[in-house]
Amino acid sequence: MLEIKQDATNFACRVVDLKKEYVLKSETVRALRGVSFDVPEGDYVAIMGPSGSGKSTLLNMLGCLDQPTSGSLWLGGDDVATMNDNQLATIRSQRIGFVFQSYNLIQQLTVVENIQVPLFYQGRSLTREQNKRTVELAKMVGLGQRLDHRPTQLSGGQQQRVAIARSLVNNPYFILADEPTGNLDSRTSEEILQLFERLNVEGKTIILVTHEDEVSKRAKRVVRLKDGRLQWDKTNTQEVRDAAAQYAIDNMPVEV
Amino acid sequence: MNLLLGTIQLSIKSLWLHPLRSLLTVLGIFIGVASVIWLLAISKGIGDEAVRQVESLGADTIMIRTVKPPSEKLSSTGLTPYGLMRDEYDMLVATVPTIKSALPIREMRRQFQFKDRKLDGRLVGCTPEYAEVTHLDLAAGHFITDTENSALDTHCVLAAKVAEKLFPYEDPLGQRIYLPENKNYYLVVGVLKPKGSTAAIGGSMAAQDFSYDVYIPIKTLQNRIGDTVMSIRPGSREGEVIELNQITLRVFDVANVKQTAELVKAALNSHDRMEDIAVVVPLELLEQVRTTQWMFWIFTVMIASISLLVGGIGIMNIMLATVTERTREIGIRRALGAKRFHIITQFLAETSVLSLAGGITGILFGLLCGPTVNLARLIANTFWTDQMKELPQVVQTLQPSIVPESIVGAFAVSIIVGLIFGIYPAIRAAKMSPIEALRHE
Ligand SMILES: Nc1ncnc2c1ncn2[C@@H]1O[C@H](COP(=O)(O)OP(=O)(O)OP(=O)(O)O)[C@@H](O)[C@H]1O
Ligand SMILES: [Mg+2]
Repeated sequence: MLEIKQDATNFACRVVDLKKEYVLKSETVRALRGVSFDVPEGDYVAIMGPSGSGKSTLLNMLGCLDQPTSGSLWLGGDDVATMNDNQLATIRSQRIGFVFQSYNLIQQLTVVENIQVPLFYQGRSLTREQNKRTVELAKMVGLGQRLDHRPTQLSGGQQQRVAIARSLVNNPYFILADEPTGNLDSRTSEEILQLFERLNVEGKTIILVTHEDEVSKRAKRVVRLKDGRLQWDKTNTQEVRDAAAQYAIDNMPVEV
Repeated sequence: MNLLLGTIQLSIKSLWLHPLRSLLTVLGIFIGVASVIWLLAISKGIGDEAVRQVESLGADTIMIRTVKPPSEKLSSTGLTPYGLMRDEYDMLVATVPTIKSALPIREMRRQFQFKDRKLDGRLVGCTPEYAEVTHLDLAAGHFITDTENSALDTHCVLAAKVAEKLFPYEDPLGQRIYLPENKNYYLVVGVLKPKGSTAAIGGSMAAQDFSYDVYIPIKTLQNRIGDTVMSIRPGSREGEVIELNQITLRVFDVANVKQTAELVKAALNSHDRMEDIAVVVPLELLEQVRTTQWMFWIFTVMIASISLLVGGIGIMNIMLATVTERTREIGIRRALGAKRFHIITQFLAETSVLSLAGGITGILFGLLCGPTVNLARLIANTFWTDQMKELPQVVQTLQPSIVPESIVGAFAVSIIVGLIFGIYPAIRAAKMSPIEALRHE
């Protein structure tokens, strides 16, 4: 198990002057040109910005999927910027929760098995508590009746909820979500956002990338990137958040 | 443990996604493994039969046969005697010290008759040792004895088929059979059990068949029939003057066989001969058979290796396609914490399951070789009775004999093939960066 060192302020992560360059044959793409910000535990951050501004690149870095060119990324007292491929994989299986735009469930596995994948790669046999927890997570996202279903038997919203349950199974530092509602209609998107809100209230840290202002207004804080740099970082007031939630409910398309 | 079991479980699930594809891949290995076992079993069956036939001649024996000399050596007028002489027999027995026993044989085609039943067969004049040397077993009565030989008794012993054909209803013992060509009667004193054929000797390709033999004391033959044998065919008269057709020597020690054979050849060729004898050494024959068998084995193994190689390439092909097709899944797994090692293990597990499945089913089918061959022969005998009779004897009597090493070997090779041809796709899968893999559509 990874040693968890937390300093007094309890940050879920700290990003210090993070840079990422892609060296191509003809040119060097500077996707991140030095980004710094902290995410305290229990925060709910929306990352915004125009296409190509480096949002996904930043999120991949936070999710230990890729190594920065320079800078530091502190997760639980460790600088993951210095880690190798195997160490990163270990952190991913133990302390990262990922939610993708296209759900990314594994087709040949059932709902329960999909939720357990990160545990599988921790390399130890599943304990009875872990099995119990998997089922509880499935119930929590409203799929208690569909434990043995395969992804193809589920709707997009249901698949995304499985993905959220999966992202929670290893008790992660934070949930990273790259446009989690991008493929969903507004009603299903709302379900997912409400689920995120509930998780945040329960204390989970959430970092999501979105293009939609309405989605970003639901977060506690909005970080905006432009050309690989942090453009601004502001906090949403409770009023803004409540209004956005109310607006979403009011404008829900009427069921026919 | 969880990881291993989970990985195997997972690979079966993944393979199950494309049942037909997996089945066809398994088929490649299956055919390879089954063909190794079958080919080796059949070649061993044939080889064992050949070895058995030669061995039944006896590894400690040397046979000297009379062969018909080339026609230009025979005088065109009158009959020229040729072949082994009784004097030579005596000379060998007296001068070669390594000889334990010597067996003179005179044989000829004759017709045998009992009542109105006639049969063409081989009349063999021999001494009592003949039964032991050629492994003849008695069904009833006794074989020729020394007393009968010295007394020139007109006694005979019938081979199984002769007894069966001439005496379908009667007990042959105590009856007299008639040789119309010599106008002689012989009293039946013994009947033999059926006997398998032995290897061909003396330049003839066909295996020796003992089923249509009638044995009489050699001295009786010399006395009653003599050395000159005339056979009258429509339009021509043929004759031969031969004292002995064969001398079978047995040596005291198998180690002396070759040496003795050389000595015998030298002794017999000391005077000018007309290429009228052949010396057959079963031990040498046996070595030849073994060499042939080895070559056949190498050939078989080569064919089998090629089919296993093809099966392996099939696996690699499928796995490469699978890796490409499942790039997305690889990305997901990597994102969720799978190390490179895990991905390699997963794909290797899949190829191993494929090649193991092929290997195990191939072995099971390989074990069915014997029963299948017998069944096929039974069916062929039932429906194509006549055609089957024309096939060579090996085909008719072939008994495949499974070589245990071939099972172990084929199994090991199938696993190795799976691993070797699976490792490249697996490494390719693991090399991908998680992000690129995730982006893959
Ligand atoms: N593997 C890569 N190789 C080269 N360039 C890359 C690579 N990945 C990203 N980039 C470049 O880095 C920049 C940032 O890309 P990124 O995917 O982070 O943008 P984004 O903000 O997520 O955009 P979008 O909103 O369209 O998803 C882009 O210019 C992109 O072309
Ligand atoms: Mg993006």
